[in-house]
Amino acid sequence: MIHMEYYLVVSTIMFFAGIFGFFYRRNLLAILISIELILNSVDINFAVFNRYLFPGQLEGFFFTLFAIGISAAETAVAIAIIINIYRNIRNIQVSKLDKMKH
Amino acid sequence: MDFGNLLYLKEEISLILVMVLLLLFDLFCTGKIRRYFQLTACVLMAVHTLIHLDPMPDGQAFGGMYINSPILSVVKTILNVGTLIIFMQARNWLSRESTSIKRGEFYVLTLSTLLGMYFMISSGNFLLFFIGLETASVPMAALVAFDKYKHNSAEAGAKYILSAVFASGLMLYGISLIYGTTGTLYFEDIPAGIDGCPLQIMAFVFFFAGMGFKISLVPFHLWTADVYEGAPTSVTSYLSVISKGSAVFVLMMILVKVFAPIVEQWQMMLYGLIVLTISIANLFAIRQQNLKRFMAFSSISQAGYLMLGVIAGSAQGMSALVYYVLVYLFSNLGVFGVISIIEQRSGKVRMEDYNGLYRTNPRLSIVMMLSLFSLAGIPPFAGFFSKFFIFMSAAGEGFYLLVLLALVNTILSLYYYLLIVKAMFINSNESPIATFRSDNYTRVSLIACLLGVLALGIFSMIYDRISLLAFGL
Repeated sequence: MIHMEYYLVVSTIMFFAGIFGFFYRRNLLAILISIELILNSVDINFAVFNRYLFPGQLEGFFFTLFAIGISAAETAVAIAIIINIYRNIRNIQVSKLDKMKH
Repeated sequence: MDFGNLLYLKEEISLILVMVLLLLFDLFCTGKIRRYFQLTACVLMAVHTLIHLDPMPDGQAFGGMYINSPILSVVKTILNVGTLIIFMQARNWLSRESTSIKRGEFYVLTLSTLLGMYFMISSGNFLLFFIGLETASVPMAALVAFDKYKHNSAEAGAKYILSAVFASGLMLYGISLIYGTTGTLYFEDIPAGIDGCPLQIMAFVFFFAGMGFKISLVPFHLWTADVYEGAPTSVTSYLSVISKGSAVFVLMMILVKVFAPIVEQWQMMLYGLIVLTISIANLFAIRQQNLKRFMAFSSISQAGYLMLGVIAGSAQGMSALVYYVLVYLFSNLGVFGVISIIEQRSGKVRMEDYNGLYRTNPRLSIVMMLSLFSLAGIPPFAGFFSKFFIFMSAAGEGFYLLVLLALVNTILSLYYYLLIVKAMFINSNESPIATFRSDNYTRVSLIACLLGVLALGIFSMIYDRISLLAFGL
């Protein structure tokens, strides 16, 4: 049987890769993908904790399901906004979104 | 299942009813009746506020996932009042040609964020809390990007949704670690499992960072100025008052209920954050020329003052916090109401445009001045009393140095609030903003704000009533 720690290593790497991508990437879609990495690492965490530490209950699995659904909704709205930006300026690079910088 | 439990959700159900009615009105009523859409929205919201004026008794539904108690009801009523005032102020902006076709969407989206805040406030479990938080922040992003043909609005929308989702990702990671160490998500059961081990402290830091983004405390405040400037003014006022007030209250509730065993650690963390938030926001506010950006930094520093009530963690702190939110709501909406109507009529939002406003629009200038005095905390107005109570609550727990720093910062904030007053009353200007008549909705909303600013401090029964219901560590 695979130990819990291996799953946690994967999820932790995913989480911090997501944070790194969020700060480092210069394209709105790439930033969105990084955020998805963060949210998915959380889903792994919940499922693993539930399966290994508290096998009698289902709270973690339920949370995972809800988190997946809600992150889909968030992504939909974010993509709609990004498409709107593309229509306005024909570009989705972060460096072009500096109109309000003083 | 006992359906009687659903009665505890009375406020949520009636809000959903208002939402559905407005949606149907928007769908099916065309032609002449459509003119009454705004009136219907305001009346429905006012009725919804009035029938829930009386606080709900203690109760819970869904096996303790949903909790209602009198103080939660009071907070919901405060949010209702704020939303009603914003509905009245938004009328001018929504009647313009470019937005009039989608004005129904504004009301439905606003009410659904309000519904999310209701669930967030009433949650007794991290799952419901998370769902409420997302229900509040996803439609909020759509609202920020509402003027979709304007570059600024779209840009602000992207900045808002990306930082909001990032923040909720951080918070979720914290919650997952809390679940891993305690084995439950119920607020009631978690404290028994919290022993202050390093993993839990890290979980708390992640959770708090996520909430810090929502409240825009200082290391996490970078999105605030851009989003506040780019969003439509009515949405900015909603963000700065309703969204912020509910998030601060929920944070306090969770710190007191869930993280009570590690109170020393979180008080230490909050201590540093409050000092940073108040001073940095005040310093940046001084150099702002755009009034919406200015109000963004002012609202960050006000969030710092709100956190003084949170750090106390006592029942007194909670009542001071709720009272502060109420007063802040009226003063801030007064300022935003004036900014919004002037932006609609003349398209100007910069501080030098306000030079000589008193000569052309004396009444608006006086409303703006009194609201700014209240925000700064000058004695006869409500803002003084709310600041006094919140300083008292922090000093009562022994944070004397913190209160002193906050007091020094209050003087600093007085300087930049007075800059606007000086621009309106003293600075001369060859071509000031032309005299205009504001519409009745804006007038009623500004009078309501003015009454709130003048009367809330003098009538002590409101604070007494709140302090009877509050709870603490």
